[in-house]
Amino acid sequence: MEANTRSNGRLPAAFLTPGSSSFMDFLGEHQPEMLPGNRQLPPVQGVIEAPHGTTIVAVTFPGGVVLAGDRRATMGNMIAQRDIEKVFPADEYSAVGIAGTAGLAVEMVKLFQLELEHFEKVEGAQLSLEGKANRLSTMIRSNLGMAMQGLAVVPLFAGYDVDRGRGRIFSYDVTGGRSEERNFATTGSGSVFARGAMKKLFRDDLTEEQATTLVVQALYDAADDDSATGGPDVARRIYPIITVITEDGFRRLGDDESARLARSVLERRLEQPDGPRAALL
Amino acid sequence: MSTPFYVSPQQAMADRAEYARKGIARGRSLVVLQYADGIVFVGENPSRALHKFSEIYDRIGFAAAGKYNEYENLRIGGVRYADLRGYTYDRDDVTARGLANVYAQTLGTIFSSQAEKPYEVELVVAEVGESADGDQIYRLPHDGSIVDEHGSVAVGGNAEQISGYLDQRHRDDMTLAEALKLAVQALSRDTNGSEREIPAERLEVAVLDRTRPQKRKFKRIVGGQLSRLLDAGSGTSTLADDVEDESDGGEK
Repeated sequence: MEANTRSNGRLPAAFLTPGSSSFMDFLGEHQPEMLPGNRQLPPVQGVIEAPHGTTIVAVTFPGGVVLAGDRRATMGNMIAQRDIEKVFPADEYSAVGIAGTAGLAVEMVKLFQLELEHFEKVEGAQLSLEGKANRLSTMIRSNLGMAMQGLAVVPLFAGYDVDRGRGRIFSYDVTGGRSEERNFATTGSGSVFARGAMKKLFRDDLTEEQATTLVVQALYDAADDDSATGGPDVARRIYPIITVITEDGFRRLGDDESARLARSVLERRLEQPDGPRAALL
Repeated sequence: MSTPFYVSPQQAMADRAEYARKGIARGRSLVVLQYADGIVFVGENPSRALHKFSEIYDRIGFAAAGKYNEYENLRIGGVRYADLRGYTYDRDDVTARGLANVYAQTLGTIFSSQAEKPYEVELVVAEVGESADGDQIYRLPHDGSIVDEHGSVAVGGNAEQISGYLDQRHRDDMTLAEALKLAVQALSRDTNGSEREIPAERLEVAVLDRTRPQKRKFKRIVGGQLSRLLDAGSGTSTLADDVEDESDGGEK
C-alpha cells in the first residue's frame, strides 16, 4: 500500500496529473480503498460494541472561540478509556471535537487535518472557514452507511474566521447536515446537560478566562448527570482538554492551566454542588 | 518508409542534457543555505504568487529553478506522495531522502525516455533535523542524478559561480540575518562579475526553522520581517565584507 509501489520508483502518473487540490479527491481516484467511506461493513446483527466518546462543548467570546471535551470513552456500561483525547486542532485557525465511535472519529479527524493541510500546501492559501466546515460535512456524509449501523460520528467544528474577525461554531448531525450555532453549542451524550449549563452561564461579553471556566462548568454538569461523561479526575490528574482559537491561532491549554481551572470549579462545587446560580429574573 | 537517421546514444543524451540545461539557465538562480537554526531558501522572484519555494511536509521544503509548469507539477506530486505516505504510515516516515529518491527516479525516467522531452528543472529537497547534524539537503539536476549537499547549494543558470562564492564564505553557525545577507550577495553577482542591486520586494525568502514550536517548520519570510532581517544583516556585515575584500585581493 505504499505510495510508490505501483510503479518502479518513479511517481505514478496519477501523482503528476493536474487535478483538484483535495487530498480526498486524489485518494478517491488513486487508492479509493483507503478512504474510510468506501469501507464495506459485513452484515451484523444488532449494534456493534466499540468505544464511544461523549461530550464536547464550544463557546464563543469576543475575539475567539473555546472548544473543550471531557476525557472518557465508554463501551456499553464500561469505561473504555479515562484519558482519551477528543479535541484536535484541524489547522492553525480551527479545531474539531468529536463525539461518537472513537476509532472512526479519530480516523476522520486525521483525514480532515490532512485535507486542510494538503489544500493549503497545493494552493498556497487556506480554505475559508465556511469551506472547511463544508469539507467536514462531506466526510460525515460518507460515513452514513456506518452511522446507520450504530457507528456514528458527530463532531463539533470551531474556528476563528480571519475574514470576519470572530470565532464561529458549526454543529453536525449524522447525515452530514451542518448548521452554524450562535454563541455556544454541545454534542455527545452529555450534551443536553452541558447545554443547559451553558445557557444559564453564557454572556456575550465573556473574557477568554471566563469562557474557559464556563466550558469546565458545563462539562462538570454533563458529567454530573450523564454516566458516559467523565468529570475532572483529580486522583489521576486527568483534566478536560480545553482549546482556544483566536486571531493568534490555535492554542491548547497546558495541563497545569486546565488543572487550575478544573480544581477551582471543583473547589466551589464542594460548597455549592449545583454550581453557580443564575438570577431568577 | 524513410530510413531514420542514426544518432548515437551518447549524442542523443548530450543533446537532451544541453536542451535541459539551456532551459534551466533562462531562469534566475536560487540558493539554499544551512544556518544556526535551520535552512534558508533565497531567490530572486518578481512574482508574489508563483513560488519557487514551498512546503512539502512537516520538516521538508522544496526549491526549484527552471520551467515553472514542470516543477510545479513535480511539487504537487511530491506533496501528494508525502501526504499519502504520512497517512498510510506515520508522519515520521516521510523523509527528504525518500522524496529525493522518488524525484530522482521520476526525472531520470523522463530524461532517458525517448517519448518525452526532458524536464527543464533543477530541484532542491531539504529537511531540517533536530540539530544541524540532522539537516539534509539534496540537489536533483534535470537528468535524475542526486547529490547530497552540505552547507550551501545553488541551482539555476548561474549556479556554478554562485556556489563557488558561497563555498568560500559560508559557515554552518551563521545567524539567519548573516546567511540571508550572504545569499543576497551571492545572487547579486552577475556572470561577468559585476554586482547589481536586488530590491527586497523581488526577493523570495523561506526558512525551515527547527526552533518553531509547531510541527510544521516551513515558514515564508515576507514584508516587515524580511526588511528587518536584511537591515540586521547589513548591520553585522563587516565580517562578510572582510572576507570579500580578501578574496578580491587575491588571497584565496
